[in-house]
Formats: sequence, C-alpha cells, structure tokens
Amino acid sequence: MTNYSAWRLLVEGLKGQTGWSPAWRAPDPKPRYDVVIVGGGGHGLATAYYLAKVHGVRNVAVLERGWLGGGNTGRNTTVIRSNYYYPESARIYDFALELYEGLSRDLNYNVMFSQRGMFLTAHSRHDLEGAARWVGAMQLNGIDTEMVSVDEIKRRIPILDTSPNARFPVWGGFTQKRAGTARHDAVAWGYARAADRLGVDIIQNCEVRGFFKNESGRISGVETSRGTIATDIVGLAVAGHSSVMAELAGFRLPLTSYALQAFVSEPLKPVLDTVALSLATGLYISQSDKGGLVFGGALDHYPSYAQRGNSPTVRSVAAAVADQMPSLGRVRIARHWAGIVDVTHDSSPILGETPVPGLYVNCGWGTGGFKAIPAGGYVLAHHLATGRAHELAEPFSLKRFATGALIDEAAASGIAH
Amino acid sequence: MLLIECPWCGPRDEIEFHCGGQSHIARPEPYDQVSDETWGDYLFTRINPKGLHLERWVHVFGCRQWFNVARDTVTHEVKAVYRMGEAAPSTEAEAGR
Repeated sequence: MTNYSAWRLLVEGLKGQTGWSPAWRAPDPKPRYDVVIVGGGGHGLATAYYLAKVHGVRNVAVLERGWLGGGNTGRNTTVIRSNYYYPESARIYDFALELYEGLSRDLNYNVMFSQRGMFLTAHSRHDLEGAARWVGAMQLNGIDTEMVSVDEIKRRIPILDTSPNARFPVWGGFTQKRAGTARHDAVAWGYARAADRLGVDIIQNCEVRGFFKNESGRISGVETSRGTIATDIVGLAVAGHSSVMAELAGFRLPLTSYALQAFVSEPLKPVLDTVALSLATGLYISQSDKGGLVFGGALDHYPSYAQRGNSPTVRSVAAAVADQMPSLGRVRIARHWAGIVDVTHDSSPILGETPVPGLYVNCGWGTGGFKAIPAGGYVLAHHLATGRAHELAEPFSLKRFATGALIDEAAASGIAH
Repeated sequence: MLLIECPWCGPRDEIEFHCGGQSHIARPEPYDQVSDETWGDYLFTRINPKGLHLERWVHVFGCRQWFNVARDTVTHEVKAVYRMGEAAPSTEAEAGR
C-alpha cells in the first residue's frame, strides 16, 4: 500500500503516475469474522478502523449494500461542530471534533477539514435570549463558543442582509471558531483505506438480508447477498435503515426515518468563508473549495425512505437563501438530493446494546451524523471490543427511552424538526 | 408535491397538511400497571417501515381535522385515505401494521 506524501506525489509525477496502488482491496467475504459491521459509511468504517487500531481486533468485515459512503456520509452538508447544549452531548461531539482535528494525519489521508468557524444568527429578541442561554451552557461545558455582535456578523458574512429592513433582521448571534467543514467522501475513503491497511475486509455490494441466532438468542451470523457469514458480534451503523435491520433481527427502535435534502449551487467566486446558520429559517450554508454554495434547511416532514427531495422543501430552502442573502437570489441550483436520516424523539443518538445479545447499534444521529463520525466509530469499537459501553456513550443507550433519561437536543441539533 | 385527499375538503397539496406519525397506536392499560418498558415503547418505539405506512395526518391549513393515510414510504404513493376510528381499508394495508 502506498503512503501518501508530498515526496511520493513528486516521485509519481516524474514516473507518470504509474506506481499508485488501489486505496483498498476488494476481498471476497470469509466464512467467519470476529466482528461484522453492517454499513460502509463513515460510522461503520470508523468503527472498523478503531477496532483494528485501538483494540487490535483485525479479523473484521465491513458489509456495504451499495458503495462506500454512498448513503448519508456522501449526502450531508459537511458541517462539523460541537456546540450542543447538554454536557453529555458536548462531551461526545467535542471528542469527535478533536479527532477530526488530527484525522488527516492519523489516516494519512487529506480529509480537508477546514476550521473556518461557524456563525449562528439570531433574528428576534427571543432568538437572542435563547442564544445567550445556549452559549452560557456551552461555555460551562467547555465548548469554545461566544456571543457576537451584529457588526461582527456583518464583517464575517457580508452577503447576509443585516439591514434594519431585512426580511429577517439580525439581532446578533454566536460563533464556534473550531467548527468547520470537511470533504465528506474523503472521510469515508480515508477510514476505509486506513482500516484496510490494518487487515479489515471491506466488502461492497453485499446486502445483509437476515441474522442468525443460536439457541440462547445470541447473534451467530448474518445472511448476505454474497453468502452466509458466521460471527458472534455485529455492529449496525446503517443510519436511516436502522429500523429495517432491527426488524430483520426481531426488534424495533425508537426511530423515524425522514428525507433531509441538501443543495449545491453553480460555482461562484468566494463569497462566504465561514458556515452560517440562521435560527429563524433553519438555513445553513457554506461554500466549498470548488465554489459551490452547499446548503440545506429543514427535513421533509413525513416518514420517507426515498433518497430524493420534495418540491415544497426545495422552495422553502431556496426562499430562505433569497430572503437572507439577496445577492444570491439569482444563483442557480446545480444539484439537490436527499439522505435518509434516523431521528429519535430527543434528537440524540442511540449507542450500544440492543435486545439481541451480540448485536450493537450506532444510530439515531438524525440530521447530524457526519460531524460525529470519529466519535461514533470510536465508542462503538470500544463496545464491540470490550463488551462495555465507552463512558462517552453510556448516556445514549437504548435504555433511556424506558428510564426517561432523554437528552433533548431538539434545539441544538440546529435544524427545524 | 403530494396530492392528499382530505376526507372533508377533497384533494389538496401536501403543504396544507402536517403528518402526525404512525397511526393505530393503542395506549397500554391499565395505566397503573404499565411497566416502564411498555410505556417507553408506547411513547417512542415506532415500526418505521420501508414500504407501506399507516399514518395520521391533519389538514392544518384547512378543516383542521385528523384522518389516516396509508402511504408508501419509498414511492410516497398515497394508497388510501380513511377516517379516524376506521380500520385500515384493505388487507394490503395490513402489511405495514
């Protein structure tokens, strides 16, 4: 396997790019693995990587129905932040952010994490009071957030209409400077390549169709479109399809799947060098290195497994762009699509054990799974390898829906649910 | 854009409606003997099927009445609309329950 470096790039340039090898193998499934991970998106691949790297568990398969990162990992708006309200959430999302900060070096793969900061804008007195309370809580949790004035917002986001007559006048806001964006495909590919190097088998075009259990009800294998694979431990990281997999295994989850749309505009000269999120319209927007504006808004508000968007949401999101950034009013949308997000009642993830022994989940990240990939993978790997929940994951167990210890991040998930 | 046939107002665009989630959820009784697990399931656990889904909708910008819709969550096709209190109309619709 080739190590990526500036030196290597130079050498390959002189040799006519003939020395590169594939970033990962395409093995046939073995009859048995120590651990099988279902879902070859960011969370599944990260789980495999940390299993191999941190816990030395290398006889691992990642089964992906389609292609790597073809689900929500390749369909989100790439924002990474940790400005959540409750201490449990702040801890796990900030752990993810810390891992992202060192990820390119750790994986020897440039995930293009750009800490360009993020500004959340308040558009009424109530928004502003809510923001102040939010920032207070986050500062107590040790997250680098601070309130910002209208002048500062105007300076950092000149395309935002901050005039008194704006459709959504800006009253102020807050910022997290360590927030930013990353290249989403690179996160999946980087984890895949690094996991493959440590011996993990990444098996694409391999759909899981059922689970086998032994007489005590424990997982003993999976039925796939490429044959039967024996294993004692299965990790599920399938986001919007978690309920489908759970049904196959004989239980149900407190999840509802919705379509969340994302949009990219035609490429523009640089107009926005941070991430902007409006508390009034739910619009979040950044500009990619290619110049396209990457943006999104609310969910399509009914259950869906269709990975495409519906016109009313296209219209409301486009209207938010035109209302709040009038200079973008005539910019054309190049592409739009949807990912299927698995939303829990408290907008917090479900991590750990299920009613089926040997079967563990990493799901329920809803609209914010991309930012959590390194942490989601890390804590699931810990649980799969040690049999015990990582301390960061403990509050997010499935049990909380019976005990009532919900972690209600409906507001901090930053999107209108 | 979905076209939804309100039982009182006739066919209207989806933006006049709001989806209230899974239908036909029975509250566990008697209330003082329900376990925490059963109550948690009642409040939070959902079928969330990939395929036919029986769900409640309200005509929020219209007559404000609630009713049931049998809809496919993959194609979004509305298979049937029926009133609150009525059973799901066909055996086909039973598949999603």
